Amino acid sequence: MTDSTASDPAAEVLARCLALYEDMSFSRVRRWKEAHPGGLAIGALPIYVPRPLLEAMGCLPVSIFGGGDQLDVIRGDSYFQSYICRIPRSTLELAMGGQLDVLDGMLFPSICDVIRNLGGIWNMLFPERFTAYVDLPQNFDRDIGGRFYTGELRRIAAGLVGRGAKPPSDEELRAAIRRENSRRRVLSELSALRRREPWRLRASEAYLAARAGSVLEAQEHEAWLRELLAALERREARAYDNVRVVVRGAFCEQPPLGLIRTLEAAGCDIVDDDFQLGLHFIEGDIEEDSSIDPWTALSNAYLDRGVATSSRYIGEATKGDALIESVRAAAAEGVIFAAASFCDPALLDQPMLEAALDRQGIPHTSLKYAENSGQFQVIREQAGAFSDAVKLWGSAA
Amino acid sequence: MSNPAMTQSAQLEPAEKDQSQIEQKRMIADHFERLARAKAEGKKVVYTFVPGNLTELIGALDMLAVLPEINALQSGMRKKSAGYIAEAEKAGHSEDVCTYVKCDIGMLKSGNIGPTGTKLPEPDLLLLSYTGCFTFMKWFELLREEYKCPVVMLHVPYQTDGEITPEMREYIVRQLKDVVIPAMEQVAGKKLDMRELSRRLQLSHRAEDDLVAVWESARHRPSPIDGYFGGVYYVGPIFSAFRGTEDAVRYYQMLRAEVDERVRRKEGPMTPDGPAGEERFRLVVEGPPNWTSFLDFWRMFSREGATVVASTYTRVGGLYDKGFRHSPDEPLESLADYCLGCYTNLGLPTRTALLEDYIRRYEADGFLINSVKSCNSFSAGQLVMLRELEKRTGVPGGFIESDLVDPRYFGKANIENRLQSYLQMLEARRGRASA
Repeated sequence: MTDSTASDPAAEVLARCLALYEDMSFSRVRRWKEAHPGGLAIGALPIYVPRPLLEAMGCLPVSIFGGGDQLDVIRGDSYFQSYICRIPRSTLELAMGGQLDVLDGMLFPSICDVIRNLGGIWNMLFPERFTAYVDLPQNFDRDIGGRFYTGELRRIAAGLVGRGAKPPSDEELRAAIRRENSRRRVLSELSALRRREPWRLRASEAYLAARAGSVLEAQEHEAWLRELLAALERREARAYDNVRVVVRGAFCEQPPLGLIRTLEAAGCDIVDDDFQLGLHFIEGDIEEDSSIDPWTALSNAYLDRGVATSSRYIGEATKGDALIESVRAAAAEGVIFAAASFCDPALLDQPMLEAALDRQGIPHTSLKYAENSGQFQVIREQAGAFSDAVKLWGSAA
Repeated sequence: MSNPAMTQSAQLEPAEKDQSQIEQKRMIADHFERLARAKAEGKKVVYTFVPGNLTELIGALDMLAVLPEINALQSGMRKKSAGYIAEAEKAGHSEDVCTYVKCDIGMLKSGNIGPTGTKLPEPDLLLLSYTGCFTFMKWFELLREEYKCPVVMLHVPYQTDGEITPEMREYIVRQLKDVVIPAMEQVAGKKLDMRELSRRLQLSHRAEDDLVAVWESARHRPSPIDGYFGGVYYVGPIFSAFRGTEDAVRYYQMLRAEVDERVRRKEGPMTPDGPAGEERFRLVVEGPPNWTSFLDFWRMFSREGATVVASTYTRVGGLYDKGFRHSPDEPLESLADYCLGCYTNLGLPTRTALLEDYIRRYEADGFLINSVKSCNSFSAGQLVMLRELEKRTGVPGGFIESDLVDPRYFGKANIENRLQSYLQMLEARRGRASA
């Protein structure tokens, strides 16, 4: 036991999460494959893929968030123009450097033109590997979009079976859904704790805890999260006089951990965010009832309870309502828009969301980052000025 | 996403006009006049996008189409886009995002004056044909905020593997039947007459036959057409408000006859400076053109004797030269297949295969990618396509960068230098091959 573990009961589990976060060689995935002969490790780009389907097929879903700030991108840069965001470059760099050899396939969900086309690039550069585009429907009628989506899931599953994955039985799929629900309930408990006592669980720590789920099966991840939750109850922590903020725009390319910590150091308690949104993409449980076809349950969850985010069509709903609801639910005092440079979905959404916040008198500020941003002084000053302004005057002015 | 033009601007007019161009100009003027009178006459106006546009449906319901991408490129040609983009950026739109969107928003905030100088009517419906471009969804969400009018979404699945599956087709047809057409009927105040829709699809079919014949003419030497700069004219009617009309049928008959005549006379295409001189280079081009310096850009090619024998940009509003035609017999199914087949709705391997086919079919000396900052749908992956095409065909590729309608990203000297170096390389290569 280290000194920090002795003084902080959460330190050990958080250190494990940090180690996974920093491990660009995906050694945890390699170990999983050794322990599960014949099991496939399937990478998935943000935002959302139905992880229970993969687990039910004996696959390990692996969330791929690019190379963060730990990877020199050289070859990846040669495939993209300067005006394209960084996550496809570093993802390609990882692949060309062999770090992604451990994966047996990759899923590219429909989120934006760049991630979609990255799937095409994958097809061309690595034709021997399994690659699938996950075309998430924008029609949310169960009989139209749902039917299409269920077909998509079955198509992807058939492709994986062709690569050696196990065809999922209904019971296995239900069991995987139950495990996923259970994991997500603990994530929700952590989120609730963070909203209640943000000083007890900082956003940067919650981030690491969730991020561990990128390479862990749902059940194992849940065990880690429960361990953390128990440790946090024992943690001695005192409240800070910070401003409570919601962060939006960081659902795909991730900000460096240093940036999240910088916001915290600048006096912001991040009480809600859309970092690595995939694990939080479904609100509430996926139906587990044995009377419901589990494929349909996965589909219904996406159609009926997918969170409002930029890549999802909101129909007749009012733009910004979901964000305002999040602000209210988290009792936040302001919003920080943090989007990756050249992120079309986030940046095109932002003016509409800002307008919605303005109408409600909710203060906000915005910044851009790349996953490898290394200089945070300007961001610290901006966030500091924002939190001071909100605290003093209740506005960003 | 980027799209072809209804070419109206005086600055785009070549030195000599073909009869088809005069006819197109009349058609466009008539359309904008109809738009100007729309509100007074109680006509409903539908804003929609070029890829996946449902022009026959709009027409069959007696509504008028406005295509915001075309407004944006027209603004680029008329040197208005810089101001409009500045206006949008001042209002909080990021410098990183699509300049078509910002140009359109800026134009709206500046009074929404269309290319003919009259105010464009506000939309009664935003028909979000969500085909091959994620930005489309954001664009119409932004417009909905401004116009407070209904939006109807048609989600077109992406053709990742170059194959239209029955599930994809069924998904679109169900949306058309259960969502899109009812929403359009409600706005139009009338029921859709399927016979009228079929009649229009038959007209589309005829125009498409003639357009394909025009594309095919580029197999001749010299090519009687320029399939990129000139191609922008050719696709104007069929990619916009005229598909499924007698006007379009007449236009394409006229165009085809003119092209046939040029073939007979062994003439090259028209250029901004008159008839083309000797055909020195035959090129295939991937990516949209720059609109703010369109004529300058074209002249960089035409003055070097470079003719574009095929381009992918002229397939974003419909890919017809692989056999697809709208069908009066299966109206909704053929609308579905049309949407699915638009160029930017095709996966990168399919796009690469299409370019490879063009390079071989039209015996191109080289292929060039104009990578535009604004359009990730086109641009992301083009460097992989470049390498792959060189590997497959042995034909050298060139790469230049510009933007659709933001003049800040059109570096004339830089682009010209790159292009000239590229053409010199092709020339030297040709010399080595014949030595």
